[in-house]
Amino acid sequence: MSNQDIEKQEFNITVYTENQIGLLSRIAIIFSRRKINIESLNTSPSEIDKIHRFNIVITESEEVVRKLVRQIEKQVEVLKAYYHTNEDVIWQELALYKVSTDVIAEKVSVERLLRENGARAVVIRKDYTVFETTGHREETDNLISILQPYGLIEFVRSARVAIIKDSDGFNRKLREFERLEPGEEVIENEYLNQGEKVFTM
Amino acid sequence: MEVAQETLTTPAPTTAVEVSGSVALLEALIVEGVDTIFGYPGGAIMPIYDALFDYNDKLNHILVRHEQGGIHAGQGYARTSGKVGVVFATSGPGATNLVTGLADAQIDSTPVVCITGQVFAHLLGTDAFQETDVINITTPVTKWNYQVTDANEIPEVIAKAFYIAKSGRPGPVLIDITKNAQIQKFNFEGYTQCNHIRSYRPKPIVRTQYIQEAAELINQAKKPFIIWGQGVILGSAEQEFKAFVEKSGIPAAWTVLGAGAIPTEHPLNVGMLGMHGNYGPNVLTNECDVLIAIGMRFDDRVTGRLDKYAKQAKVVHLDIDPAEIDKNVKSTVPVWGDCKETLPMLTKLIDEKKHTEWLNTFNEYTQKEVEAVIHDELNPTTPEMTMGEVIKQLNEITKGEAVIVTDVGQHQMVACRYAKFNKTRSNVTSGGLGTMGFALPAAIGAKFGAQDRAVVAIIGDGGFQMTLQELGTIMQTGIDVKIIILNNRFLGMVRQWQELFNERRYSFVDIQSPDFVRLASAYNIPGKRIDDRAELPAALNEMLSNKGSFLLEVMVTKENNVFPMVPQGCSVAEIRLK
Ligand SMILES: Cc1ncc(C[n+]2csc(CCOP(=O)(O)OP(=O)(O)O)c2C)c(N)n1
Repeated sequence: MSNQDIEKQEFNITVYTENQIGLLSRIAIIFSRRKINIESLNTSPSEIDKIHRFNIVITESEEVVRKLVRQIEKQVEVLKAYYHTNEDVIWQELALYKVSTDVIAEKVSVERLLRENGARAVVIRKDYTVFETTGHREETDNLISILQPYGLIEFVRSARVAIIKDSDGFNRKLREFERLEPGEEVIENEYLNQGEKVFTM
Repeated sequence: MEVAQETLTTPAPTTAVEVSGSVALLEALIVEGVDTIFGYPGGAIMPIYDALFDYNDKLNHILVRHEQGGIHAGQGYARTSGKVGVVFATSGPGATNLVTGLADAQIDSTPVVCITGQVFAHLLGTDAFQETDVINITTPVTKWNYQVTDANEIPEVIAKAFYIAKSGRPGPVLIDITKNAQIQKFNFEGYTQCNHIRSYRPKPIVRTQYIQEAAELINQAKKPFIIWGQGVILGSAEQEFKAFVEKSGIPAAWTVLGAGAIPTEHPLNVGMLGMHGNYGPNVLTNECDVLIAIGMRFDDRVTGRLDKYAKQAKVVHLDIDPAEIDKNVKSTVPVWGDCKETLPMLTKLIDEKKHTEWLNTFNEYTQKEVEAVIHDELNPTTPEMTMGEVIKQLNEITKGEAVIVTDVGQHQMVACRYAKFNKTRSNVTSGGLGTMGFALPAAIGAKFGAQDRAVVAIIGDGGFQMTLQELGTIMQTGIDVKIIILNNRFLGMVRQWQELFNERRYSFVDIQSPDFVRLASAYNIPGKRIDDRAELPAALNEMLSNKGSFLLEVMVTKENNVFPMVPQGCSVAEIRLK
């Protein structure tokens, strides 16, 4: 393993953007062009009207991630991009598990296992039941291995969503990276929430 | 690049007028100050061309011979005029022919707006005739692109396109307009230029703390060294730059695209950086104590091996694009901002100095280079002519006043090394992408962008054959472009590498050419071919005094190399004189 690989760790990139067709590919290209694999990508509206939020997870060195974030932020429709290590964010992934209702009904132990793993039933039909759980990768993985022997029919897991731990810490971080960041917070957020009052498409 | 401070508006119509998307587009272009459009029509852009028929008196459309020629012309126009180059192309093959030029404009930060026609919106994604996913194809090579499917969007989108293309770090923008949107009538309420997009900050905020830190470093430096790039020209900061250089007394060297920002003969101008740059500035990069990089992006052709680049120096990097700072070379003090704003702030805080001894070190290296390379290149005793002596003669006649447009190869490096520039916006070349075929169309555009200046294109026998069909554009427009083909009967630069690094295995670099002079004559362009040194001054004079375009083919030494050279993978200090 090279030094580069040792330095590599999971980073959560948070990007605030205009809601615009084509932007996803513009952002994805920034990674693919450098042959960087996106491990998880989630995009959804944010708490601010007409602003979307991307959560992107990659495993890279901080040096690379910092440069990537600058390239992302350079895109016209991107308002702001940040990156954080796993320690700096609260993150969750949602998983759904489909198992045969008969098996579940017969094996009470399964129900107990589910309870112990914080899962809950979202659909119970005659032929199958769907359980849901949220958590970190190891947690959702754990339930797969538990359910597999009982005839797991189908499994799906969502992309990661992450929230930056505390705003104070976030602010501190911003100041810490101030040298590397072009703008000041006030300016960046100046037009947020003003919607149609500013030139938008 | 000047950013529009005020917002212009078309004379507000008392009531909104009903116009087609095509008419709205052309009205928008007029408000943006567009006078020249380079383009090529086709089915999917016919409504726009139909509307253009009535705008003949306001918009000068230049029919090029290939869309690649169109966008290179747009780039040449932008580079000499400082305005936005505008290009029209039809859908599918017309649009894909723009890709090389878009990539070129993107890497060289050239403001161009391309308008492409697209199939009807209801046909999108159906593999309709000449439908291509232009937006996705051009995404990696544009600063911004957008597809318009409704005429109502046109004014706002065009306003954004121009604002984005020219503000901050300039770049190419492509707007793809479906045919229905070109035809569709809508209520046009006048056109307002854009000067703000909420998610887009063209200029980073200048931080005075870093200006102060930079000034302190500069004031303490014993061997400071300035390296500048095109950012100075793009920011129209030539005066501010000169003031900074002169007050600080610091020797300054340029990247290929920075050439001309201060005159070649300026006493503090110590030459060209990079792979085929001058000896002194390359070697001394690794000796300076403070390196001040202005509007340049540390391209690998400039830095050579990064791990051995200026390791001893503290680096002050001034750039408008925050992503450039620390991208390749870590800066000690980053100065984000438009150098037109940051340079005067810095100049105010620095001490007036003369670094005479340090400057002399550069001159000593220059002497070495003159003896080893320059003298013989410019005053050869060989029977055949060298590229260098052609440029030297040209300098004597044009007195550094001409716009020099170069293609890519040995002639490009020779021209950039030896051409004298007294004026800014005089060196038009494909720096970042290295696009062969760039020069002929770019020279056409350069002339439209600077009609009162002499424009001389210097092209290799290989590159000329990539876009020579644009001779047709010259013929039809009657534009005055002087063309010098430096014919070494080889794809010279590749041959040089093969000679130096592949044991002279000349694999497919031997290129045959047509009779260029007769070819030009078929396009009604007078020309001459010379192979005797004695004819050179007269031939150049004939070319330059000819009213209208002229093609001069100069036969030069077949196997001549461009030196000095930093071999790939070497440090700039390992630059070879032979
Ligand atoms: C479109 C394109 N294809 C290939 C190259 C690679 N290339 C760089 S220089 C060069 C040779 C250029 O030969 P010529 O135009 O005759 O100029 P010379 O070097 O002889 O002055 C080639 C093939 C390029 N830069 N651009």
